[in-house]
Amino acid sequence: MRVSVTVNGTPQEHDVEPRLLLVHYIRETVGLKGTNIGCDTSSCGACTVLLDGESVKSCTLLAAQADGSEITTIEGLAPSAEEMHPIQQAFREHHGLQCGFCTPGMVMAAVSLLEENPKPTEHDVRHGLEGNLCRCTGYHNIVKAVLAAAGTLPATGAMSK
Amino acid sequence: MIPAKFDYERAGSVDEAIALLAEHGDEAKLLAGGHSLLPLMKLRLATPAVLVDIGRLRDLSYVRVEGGEIAVGALTRHRDLETSDVLLSDAPLLAFTASLVGDPQVRHRGTLGGSLVHGDPASDLPAAILAMGARMVIAGAGGARREVGAADFFTGFLETAVGPDELLVEVRFPRAAGKGWSYQKFNRRAQDWAIVGAAYQEGGGVGLVNMASKPVRAAGVEEALASGASAEDAAARADDGLDPPADLNASPEYRRHLARVLTRRALEEAATRAG
Amino acid sequence: MSILGNRVLRKEDPKFLTSGGQYVDDLPLPGAAYVTYVRSTIAHARITQIDVDEARRADGVVAVFTGPDVDLDPIAPGLGFINQAFVRPWLASETVRFVGEPIVAIVTEERYQGADAAELVSVDYDPLPVVVDTEDAVRDEVVLFPSAGTNLALEFNFGRDESLFDGCDVVVRQRIVNQRVAPCPLEVRSDAVQWGDDGRLTWWVSTQAAHFAKGDICKHLGLEEDQVRVIAPDVGGGFGAKIGVYPEELLLAWMSKRVGRPLKWTETRTESMLNLGHGRGQTQYAEMGGMRDGRIAAYRLTVLQDGGAYPANGTALPFMTRTMLTGVYDIAKAEFNSRSVVTNATPTVAYRGAGRPEATAAIERTLDLFAEEIGVDPSEVRRKNLIPEDKFPFTTPVGTTYDIGDYERALDLALDAAGYDALRAEQQARRDRGDRHQLGIGMSVYVEITAGPGAPSEFGAVEVKPDGKVVVRTGVSPHGQGHHTALAMIVADKLGVDIDDVTVIHGDTDLVPRGQGTMGSRSLQAGGVAVSRAADGVIDRARSIAADLLEASEDDVQYDAVARAFHVAGTPAVSKSWAEVVGAAGGEGLEVEHDFKGTGPTFPFGAHVVVVDVDTDTGRVSVERIVAVDDAGRILNPLLADGQIHGGLAQGVAQALLEEVRYDPDGNPITANLSDYAFISAAELPSFERIAMETPTPVNELGAKGIGESGSIGSTPAVQNAVVDALRPFGVRHLDMPATPEKVWRAIHGEREPEKWNAPAASGLGSAAPAAPPSDDDIPTL
Repeated sequence: MRVSVTVNGTPQEHDVEPRLLLVHYIRETVGLKGTNIGCDTSSCGACTVLLDGESVKSCTLLAAQADGSEITTIEGLAPSAEEMHPIQQAFREHHGLQCGFCTPGMVMAAVSLLEENPKPTEHDVRHGLEGNLCRCTGYHNIVKAVLAAAGTLPATGAMSK
Repeated sequence: MIPAKFDYERAGSVDEAIALLAEHGDEAKLLAGGHSLLPLMKLRLATPAVLVDIGRLRDLSYVRVEGGEIAVGALTRHRDLETSDVLLSDAPLLAFTASLVGDPQVRHRGTLGGSLVHGDPASDLPAAILAMGARMVIAGAGGARREVGAADFFTGFLETAVGPDELLVEVRFPRAAGKGWSYQKFNRRAQDWAIVGAAYQEGGGVGLVNMASKPVRAAGVEEALASGASAEDAAARADDGLDPPADLNASPEYRRHLARVLTRRALEEAATRAG
Repeated sequence: MSILGNRVLRKEDPKFLTSGGQYVDDLPLPGAAYVTYVRSTIAHARITQIDVDEARRADGVVAVFTGPDVDLDPIAPGLGFINQAFVRPWLASETVRFVGEPIVAIVTEERYQGADAAELVSVDYDPLPVVVDTEDAVRDEVVLFPSAGTNLALEFNFGRDESLFDGCDVVVRQRIVNQRVAPCPLEVRSDAVQWGDDGRLTWWVSTQAAHFAKGDICKHLGLEEDQVRVIAPDVGGGFGAKIGVYPEELLLAWMSKRVGRPLKWTETRTESMLNLGHGRGQTQYAEMGGMRDGRIAAYRLTVLQDGGAYPANGTALPFMTRTMLTGVYDIAKAEFNSRSVVTNATPTVAYRGAGRPEATAAIERTLDLFAEEIGVDPSEVRRKNLIPEDKFPFTTPVGTTYDIGDYERALDLALDAAGYDALRAEQQARRDRGDRHQLGIGMSVYVEITAGPGAPSEFGAVEVKPDGKVVVRTGVSPHGQGHHTALAMIVADKLGVDIDDVTVIHGDTDLVPRGQGTMGSRSLQAGGVAVSRAADGVIDRARSIAADLLEASEDDVQYDAVARAFHVAGTPAVSKSWAEVVGAAGGEGLEVEHDFKGTGPTFPFGAHVVVVDVDTDTGRVSVERIVAVDDAGRILNPLLADGQIHGGLAQGVAQALLEEVRYDPDGNPITANLSDYAFISAAELPSFERIAMETPTPVNELGAKGIGESGSIGSTPAVQNAVVDALRPFGVRHLDMPATPEKVWRAIHGEREPEKWNAPAASGLGSAAPAAPPSDDDIPTL
């Protein structure tokens, strides 16, 4: 079947199998490999992209369902090659990534989170990222990065207690 | 983890969806947000030959006040329930319960109707619907509409009153501004299904998650409350007549205990919100 | 001013953040076909029939392979001291021994076609009795390998002293389960293989150790070293489970040759949960004796290690547990014995600490039991028995020599930061009031071995280009640790260049001649020192060349790292640049390689204090605070060090409260995906309170110890101890991990696990004739 979408601002049109998952469409058909696959039960969030501005798990959507939508992946987030998005910048400043595999999904989830809740508390961030798993960082610096990007990181840097 | 092959049909209207269901019979499944069905299809636990995508029926996504009632379209997403001003003021139990479903990504896609017709005893929203005493509006062939009360809607494990050629189109319930309410969800991780959940709305009932093979009301609690029992005494009957499942996370015995604790907390929290 | 010790942002990050890393599955490989494995759905069975006819006819199927097709020698345990009778087939055709074991390999044109064809394979089984519990397995009533006649894969028999506890006022004992956990790197196993026209194999693999992978494939496929190039591109986490490569990965090259196509294979998460090795899996019998004044006199630990169906490096974990047997304590007498057995479960491997968290958990839990028994605060019992700071180097009763430490200071810092006395007062107040929410305070003081057990060695090379840019080649192989930044900092400090002018090459056996990879918290102290010395070497070589150019004696020529030039001492105005020196040397760059051979491992240490809240109505445990003091010697980059610790702290909470690989009695896995397996998320964790402490080690010139595993080693028992501490008013003295709500609720309501103290421990494992224990040098770094 025919699927037309806009990916990172570029119109795309392809004939695809109805069962093609959106994540495979993005990775294999469009060829953007930044979005990763980490599980098969919609649990890990590594495949998170923005669909019409909202975070979704692209492993749990058919490409057919995205027909007519705007998709943003990690490759489309930075405003230019020289300049990172403030959330990308905050992840770097606060060491919110290690092996990098969860990172694209984590960053996209964070973008959507701050879109919906621009001034989150630590609790909001932790629960807002409940659908994104990371094995390296213990989440400490990810949470810190998101709070910093939102401007809600306490000045002392102290979180929790 | 890739679904088996299927044919894909996109319905442009409720009638078209029903006609497609009639045409394909048992082979067809409706696809709304897909967050109940697609995971099963990826595991090949569901292998429908035809998927009828109703995800684009935007006219089934709404929250409306209609006199003393609120009508919610079946394709209203969890995220839209969670943030609806109407629900936040007049049916906060539903808005809050929706905010605890899955994770944000799931809530951006999953729909009220999709969750309800899946009939999963582990789902949150059926418990709220039961507690609110909602009515389900089901569309059939030729523009037919019928209503089923929430208590009669869930008929068995992953089974509901929606027939093979029917479509749940709307959920209706009385406005409940000022009524006490609470949803107590107990799970391992924030993104997990509830081990047990208890939803209560003053004047309505108590809906329980994962306490039977289908979403159920806590009849014993409702009976005790009606006869003027205290919250604590009423909650002690939360597992009356129920046969909760055993699984990875809990024994039946522990589920019974949790049902009593969570029901008590729900009744107590609702009392603080009443008025 | 030196860059070392500064919080330097990672060189790696912009790529990961803007376009994503390049992991194996991201690599374009034109013409590649895809591999799908069909796996056993039964834990233990004879295979009576494998029918692949329908699969062969399915769309896009290029080839289908079963066991008899594979003309390679079956796989004997890689560690020579493990019972070599436990041989693993490439594809099971006679007996399956765990759910997930590969039986059929299908090659298809497209990825989706593989999933379809796999559905068409049918395998008939004749089920055999199943053994998933080590205490059952050690009885040999059900044996997995009838030809071996036993499930015993490895025994460390150090004998048993029946008088060990003579003279003790008090002896406590506890059976402790250190449960199986799943490593769960976010990137699952992923491979691509291609044979060149020249007959050379290129193998891209998600691994921690490309050179080990090369050695393995040469051994199993009968290839020469120069016929293979192994490349580990970006690797999405390993945590020990990707030290070794797996049969499904090695077989790809063989299949690729058969079908004459490049092949790609990436497992699903469900496959990964069943086949990527699991961690831990020890049943421990701990006994501690001492005096009522708090002095510990003797300690005995007997371990049953679950090796899973085919012994891999997890079978050897008890060696590491023994190495760290007595932890941070000065205990005169200690005894260790272990048996590692096979079970109908996923093989076990090294995971985040690999035998050391098990040692720490055992002694830290048992010490709390001892403290409880004599009625002394656990912090005081610890303090009384810590190895004093003036006794280093310190050799323990099992012969491990710790380099340097100040354990009491670590404990003091942690207790102070936590506000220990106030916490105890708050706890008492809640107990007195009978609050629904009770407070638990747990602690652990730990020491661990890194870059051991033998002396570390590693390859490093530094090349300076004419433009002054630097290329570093290293044998270590990062998968999140930040080696690009760390190694660049070391070189930048020596040469005076910007870290952005340093390129780090790793994980490619054609570009790096030798190496061991990244595991066992070894990279900085082995790989870092190798690169540091290579940088010194290249400066020395350059000084010699510059001396010729300057017509001076080499001894008089200095390198000015600020000016990045060579001059005779006292006359900086006349100098030679790198361009001139490299030009004079006549190459495209000036390079020095260094093969570092260290003197021994290092022993990072620390103290963790954890505060938990227990909802006594439901049994839910919430972690309120984690205060962590971790001393890994001199810190090169606190940004990286913090990150390493954080991940380990989360893992400690995960194992103590949530995560457990479970099987039903028939050996069916019930935690085989990330929905059922409780991989911890941000919502279940607090932020961490890290307290810095740096005691440089004399073992290497960087003063650095390992840090990758400390977090999980210290935090796991601290969380567990906190849970038990909260439950003391209910008469609870021990609770095995994970402290799930139901388990806690049952404990509160008086249900006690019947104290099992099974035959292997009661009779000791030392009754048979002692098997010769391997030496440190026989044990790989885990």
